[in-house]
Amino acid sequence: MSAENLPDPPAARAIKDRAADWLERADRSGWSAEDETQLEQWLSESPAHRMAYWRVKSAWDRAQRLHVLRAPAGDAAKEERVPRFPPIFARTAAVLALLAAAGTATLSFTSGPHETSYATGVGGREVVALSDGSKIELNTNTSLRVRLSKHERSIILERGEAFFQVKHDASRPFTVLAGNRRVTDIGTKFFVRRYERRFEVALVEGSARLDAPDGTLAHPVVLSPGDVVKEKGRSFVIERKPETTLVNELGWRRGVIVFTHATLAEAAAEFNRYNTAKIRIADPKAARLTIGGTFEADNVDAFAHLVRNLLGVKVERHGDETVISE
Amino acid sequence: MTTSALEAWFMREVWPLEATLMQYLRQNWRDASAAEDLLHDVYVRVYEAARERLPEHPKAFVFTTARNLLISRVRHSNVVPIEVVADFEAMGLAAETPNPEQTIAARDELRRLQEAIDRLPPQCRKVVMMRRIDGLSRAEIALRLGLSEHTVASYLKNGMNALADRLYGGAQGMES
Repeated sequence: MSAENLPDPPAARAIKDRAADWLERADRSGWSAEDETQLEQWLSESPAHRMAYWRVKSAWDRAQRLHVLRAPAGDAAKEERVPRFPPIFARTAAVLALLAAAGTATLSFTSGPHETSYATGVGGREVVALSDGSKIELNTNTSLRVRLSKHERSIILERGEAFFQVKHDASRPFTVLAGNRRVTDIGTKFFVRRYERRFEVALVEGSARLDAPDGTLAHPVVLSPGDVVKEKGRSFVIERKPETTLVNELGWRRGVIVFTHATLAEAAAEFNRYNTAKIRIADPKAARLTIGGTFEADNVDAFAHLVRNLLGVKVERHGDETVISE
Repeated sequence: MTTSALEAWFMREVWPLEATLMQYLRQNWRDASAAEDLLHDVYVRVYEAARERLPEHPKAFVFTTARNLLISRVRHSNVVPIEVVADFEAMGLAAETPNPEQTIAARDELRRLQEAIDRLPPQCRKVVMMRRIDGLSRAEIALRLGLSEHTVASYLKNGMNALADRLYGGAQGMES
């Protein structure tokens, strides 16, 4: 290594400052190829530059995970335990979720005129920023299409779950179609789920309308914050859930799953949404045991470990499969 | 080894060691205020080596590099450190056991991020949150907070630096 013979490096603090300068510039919208070349040149000048830049950039990249955890300014001390939606979200409006019938996965991009497809695999998570300022977050194993035109913004959820933060524009309605159910925002943020024969909508903030373009719903339903609509086959239920419950259901946005009195069967099903290595509950008695807590969505081992220690069940690995039994 | 793979390797293996590494440097160098520069020097050396070939045991490698750096500093200067060589075995560094820092870093990352943001000065904090969490542009932030875009940019820059220091733990004593 050559560093022995080098003179003392310029103070690290000064280099860090310049690295942050570059990162701040690179974070702007007008960042060009020419800027990129200049940055690359600065980075090649000295490994010290590169180290400082990588370091500050990695922290900034990681900070994106914070999303939902935010506490309002000046209120941090009181906010410790219960994550809730920050006032920042209140500006945009509301949250809503939906869930329905199965579709086929496509990883295609731009299919047809002005239509773009987005998809995530099992365990994936993706944030899409639309040109109108709205944002869509795709959860695991999700596929949707986006059509933006002058007069409407239309999303077709083919499969899975997504969280929508809609920039409201009355002249350009924002709709999400999941099977034969349609959600239209009325100044709204929402998440939508669609699976097998089920469909689910939960509104966290603001207001939205639920209807069916094919007339299978007699009346449109106007949703208020906390409303959860669950539909499966012929059963159609609207219930009101407390804010914390809805926040827990959005745990995936920060990479976690939150259970409150979930049965092992439910918990396993939830983990299996996010992982290709599946959990199987081998007997009905074990399936009925309940558990609560916050888990990393992709850490099946940690979950299995905890269940074994806490509930005293038997945990075995068969290849990729984790089998839990009494 | 592509550059981006190397960058990812640093993110995964090296940055999470910072708090421990900083502590090591402070304990083993008389002038604690030089620790930040030393730390940076260690990174440069690790980079130069890793560019050729990734070390098999990142943690042991990083700390060996730190020790060698301190030794070479002693030889090339008149500085006499309190203790030249730390007891590596005592620090549990000899064997590359599953890296506890990383486990901790992964589990505590959200909490640390949150703390890092909470500790920013109020205005800086608002700007960072609006940018990073809400995805607002500089112009939008400036408008909402009644600041110039230039000021917004400088808050962002400070915020980026503070986040890295706080998240990776090398920050104690770095801020004035």
